[in-house]
Amino acid sequence: MITTFRIRRFNPETSPSMPYFQEYKLDTDRADTVLDALIHIRETLDESLTLRCSCRGAICGSCAMRINGHAALACKTKVQAMASERGIVQVEPMNNMPVIKDLVTDMAGFWEKVRQVQPWLQPAGQEPEAEYLASAESMNHLTGVMGCIMCGACVSDCAALEVDERFVGPAALAKAYRFVADPRDGAGRSRLLALNEPGGMWDCTRCMECIEVCPKGVGAMDRIMSLRGQGIQAEVPSTCGARHAEVFADLIYRKGRLDEPMLAVRTFGLRNLSRLLSLLPMVLRAFVRGKVPKTGPFHRAIPGLEKFRRLFQRMEERP
Amino acid sequence: MKFAFFPGCVSKGGCPELYQSVMEVYPRLGLELEEMTTASCTGAGVLQEKDRKLGDVLNARTFALAEQSGLPIMTICSTCQGVMSQANHRLTTDPPYLAAVNEILGEEGLTYRGTTQIRHFVWILLEELGEQGIRQRVRRPLTELRAAPFYGCYLQRPSEALGFQDQPERAKSLELIMSWLGLEVVDFPGKTRCCGFPLLTINEKNSLRMVASHTLDAKRHGADILVTPCPLCHLNLDGMQSSAARQEQADIDLPIWHLPQLLGLAMGMEPKQLGLTRHLVSTQRVLDKLGSAVA
Repeated sequence: MITTFRIRRFNPETSPSMPYFQEYKLDTDRADTVLDALIHIRETLDESLTLRCSCRGAICGSCAMRINGHAALACKTKVQAMASERGIVQVEPMNNMPVIKDLVTDMAGFWEKVRQVQPWLQPAGQEPEAEYLASAESMNHLTGVMGCIMCGACVSDCAALEVDERFVGPAALAKAYRFVADPRDGAGRSRLLALNEPGGMWDCTRCMECIEVCPKGVGAMDRIMSLRGQGIQAEVPSTCGARHAEVFADLIYRKGRLDEPMLAVRTFGLRNLSRLLSLLPMVLRAFVRGKVPKTGPFHRAIPGLEKFRRLFQRMEERP
Repeated sequence: MKFAFFPGCVSKGGCPELYQSVMEVYPRLGLELEEMTTASCTGAGVLQEKDRKLGDVLNARTFALAEQSGLPIMTICSTCQGVMSQANHRLTTDPPYLAAVNEILGEEGLTYRGTTQIRHFVWILLEELGEQGIRQRVRRPLTELRAAPFYGCYLQRPSEALGFQDQPERAKSLELIMSWLGLEVVDFPGKTRCCGFPLLTINEKNSLRMVASHTLDAKRHGADILVTPCPLCHLNLDGMQSSAARQEQADIDLPIWHLPQLLGLAMGMEPKQLGLTRHLVSTQRVLDKLGSAVA
């Protein structure tokens, strides 16, 4: 099958050093991966094409790049699965990190953020005579997150990082979870306190891009949500995010459904009156436009609320 | 085609024009809806931050109620659809977990056997009515309109829970339906990105940056309007657009439409009937462009 590879090129040494797309046509086989094709292009068509790869077996994570707009390991992605109806595959360097040349990105910032979460065990208390022991169950739970190969795919497609480079990002947060949830670690609270700061666990926008693109099923966003839950449980200083989740749960308990005005009032409340007041112009405009349901701004409770509440209570008693 | 209708909290709260437009269009599509009045909120992914299992129990309760009535669920909110799909995926792929959840539901006299289908209105249009079913209902092809789709996260990810393997066309459902309505579909990279709504309370600045980024990008690609199947995306992209424009010092003014409104207009209904006068970003300029077609 003749496939057209539309590759984003960038060479900082040329002048002017602007990125551009270059197309290469290649006869590809059913079994070919995108990495096979790129190496073939470099070896037979254009030796100047720069890319990074090593293991070719989805273990080292070196060949992460964007294929048709989403991050993936080139060595794990089959050409024919990605080729459009017109036989085109678009290849670009990872997003949310500087490009060094062509498909190679600078991952220094990525590693800096991983270091920021102190990715090493910090046991507390007296050192045991033999090993630090952990139950098989607790370690099995961590197997998925320990499978992270640090390829950067989740960081590349992170929507929160796109608008704020200070966000620590999904890879580092998943790594943080790996230690917070490790029973041998004794620094859980201080880790959660650090992650509770701006740029930490509450800045994830829950878009699930990291879940979708991760080649190893680490499920970074799920780990971030677990970190938030643990933060709430550990009663780290209340943030807007934590209050939002607490109030949300309480409103569902009270009415069986969400009550948006109360959610805003109770999340911001008197603690952040100015933020609450800043929403007033939007609320007034909505009111003027008739953007108010027939039943009025406050939701009524669902029928059968008592039974529903008993279920809710039972869950809280028996998690 | 009868469905247990799960409107979600926002279509009956902050986005009443969505509920209004669905109520207007569904009988003309040959759908029968039985509203699930006793169903609870899905948790919208927020409750799940605090306690995922609690969220799954509440959703399993909703699935069990639909199962009792023998009807598939129809949602009209990407977030509801996504959260329910994820919960259903966990429940139906993990029998011991389903048994544990059923033990709790049993106290309310309910059991979930794992048979309830949960489908977004957009998917029902695609899979039940199809191209022919939609095209034959179009009275005013909206050929003058250039519209960009905006899915929201929960109707795109995670693809496994959303059943994209079995129904790959779901990934481009909006584009297909919009093209069947006669309008020009504007493709742009932001169509499957986050609208920023989940960040609104936590980090307003970042949330507004996302609003500005996607709306401006859609405009740069030539869109007259953005069309979304998610009322939460609508709340942010429409309701917060003027704040986003102020923050980013940009002129945006891009109307955000709910898909049922577009459908209703193409089927010959009047803008007011579809709640198109209730948006914060005025739809008037676009309606003027359509001229006598909607007079």
